Amino acid sequence: MNTADFFQNIDGVEIALASWETVAMLFGSLLFSVALGLPLGVWLFVTSPRGLSPNRVLYGLLSLVVNVLRSIPFVILFILLIPVTLALVGTSLGVRGAIPPLVLGAAPFFARLVETALREVDRSVIEATQALGASNRQIVLKALLPEAMPGLIAAVTVTAIALVSYTAMAGVVGAGGLGDLAVRYGYQRFQTDVMVVTVALIVILVQALQMGGDALVARFHKR
Amino acid sequence: MSAISFDHVGKQFNASGRAQAALSDVTLDIVPGEVFGIVGASGSGKSTLVRLINRLERPTSGRVRVGGQDLAGLNARQLSDLRHKLGMIFQQFGLLSSKTARQNVLFALQLAKPRLDVADHARVDDLLARVGLSDHAHKYPAQLSGGQKQRVAIARALANSPDILLCDEPTSALDPEATQGVLDLLAELNRDLKLTVVLVTHEMDVVRRICDRVAVLDHGRLVEAGPVSQVLFRPQSEAAKALIAPLIPNIPPSAGAQPRLRLTYFGDIVTSDALSAATQGLDVRFSIVAGQVSALKDTPYGQLVVELEGPGRAAALERLAARGVSVETIA
Repeated sequence: MNTADFFQNIDGVEIALASWETVAMLFGSLLFSVALGLPLGVWLFVTSPRGLSPNRVLYGLLSLVVNVLRSIPFVILFILLIPVTLALVGTSLGVRGAIPPLVLGAAPFFARLVETALREVDRSVIEATQALGASNRQIVLKALLPEAMPGLIAAVTVTAIALVSYTAMAGVVGAGGLGDLAVRYGYQRFQTDVMVVTVALIVILVQALQMGGDALVARFHKR
Repeated sequence: MSAISFDHVGKQFNASGRAQAALSDVTLDIVPGEVFGIVGASGSGKSTLVRLINRLERPTSGRVRVGGQDLAGLNARQLSDLRHKLGMIFQQFGLLSSKTARQNVLFALQLAKPRLDVADHARVDDLLARVGLSDHAHKYPAQLSGGQKQRVAIARALANSPDILLCDEPTSALDPEATQGVLDLLAELNRDLKLTVVLVTHEMDVVRRICDRVAVLDHGRLVEAGPVSQVLFRPQSEAAKALIAPLIPNIPPSAGAQPRLRLTYFGDIVTSDALSAATQGLDVRFSIVAGQVSALKDTPYGQLVVELEGPGRAAALERLAARGVSVETIA
């Protein structure tokens, strides 16, 4: 069997379209996950027992919400959220329909990573900034976030890669993209070539995200 | 008026449900322009005490006043203003690793005022020159040595022209050479800018080198306070004696008939012929068992443990006393 025979089922247009859908889902949901998860992570850090303004009740509540959302398997979260998704974007299918559940799955994950990244900032930096008369707002915006930048970028990278696998799962339940292609052709029709190509594309995507993220981390690392 | 006053100050921490006293009933005045040492073993409450001055910690009882102002009643705005006028440096420097030395100093000004002008930038350059880091202004903290980092932190602490500089173990992470450099700088700033310096340390040797007065803390209690010479040469408390122990040489046991004497003397006499003059023409032999010549801040002092034998002993002691040498009999 030669190479052309092995790849007989490959439809370039369909692959390109599915790749585009995956990338659109990924970056669309990443954008909203960061926009939601960053403030949530800062809030978690600020209200945590050793934070700038400890608040046990609020921290406990935020923590609970984050933990619940993180513990629901993504496919189930997707299905559970269908009514919410319909109300928000008018459809539960395609790229648009996939973004709300993707964001709700990834934002709490990202928020935890943000909390951890902020906690990595040396305690003496916070104290010194307080001693300089900074308000909590100034401490977060001018000291903590810039100091945690390498950690925050790494957190975005990890979240983006988690989202790639979420988009593949979303494909199974009607979101389209490379995951959908892999399941419909590769699995249900035994078209191994389609499976191989989609998996290869996903690997390339993850690799690119990791390398891009690492390069940015190195750029911001002044240590 | 005192620069800083503690009035029956207590501080309790809640450690796993149990209240633990970090400070109890501390009353203390620090006067403007002095270098005041706060010394104690680890866990004595000395860091907590200095943190009360800029309200990084709040007392659970008593009052802390800075420039006559009671800190308890300050709102957020007033607290910010107070902190702009109180510089502070730390053992671990607390520099932002994402900013250069110059940006770190600029940062202090940016926090205090929304827009910076040319004069502010000039001030940052002056401060960097003052701490001897003009050539390193554009380096990141990771590219600087420990001593250089502490100098950046000092420049940053001075950015808003404070009257008081709080130092929490500023040299404990530094090697001896860098320690000397930082202490010299602090002494110089105290002299040139009339800056009141409050210095927390666990090393009596640091106190000896730059402090005017010192307070000794032990398990949260103030056990001794006074001029450095008094606490160093006439320690009353066990805590002070323990802290001074590393400065006192080990002495072999006495073999002579007479008890040993400790001679302590300050100032010009250190470099004079006082000792040989005291025994000249008298039938007395003296041997030096241990001794050191050092300095309290800018005042040289000598301390000798001697054995003095012979008929002229009493006359020699009189001559020493007349020259201002304090003589104690020790075992």
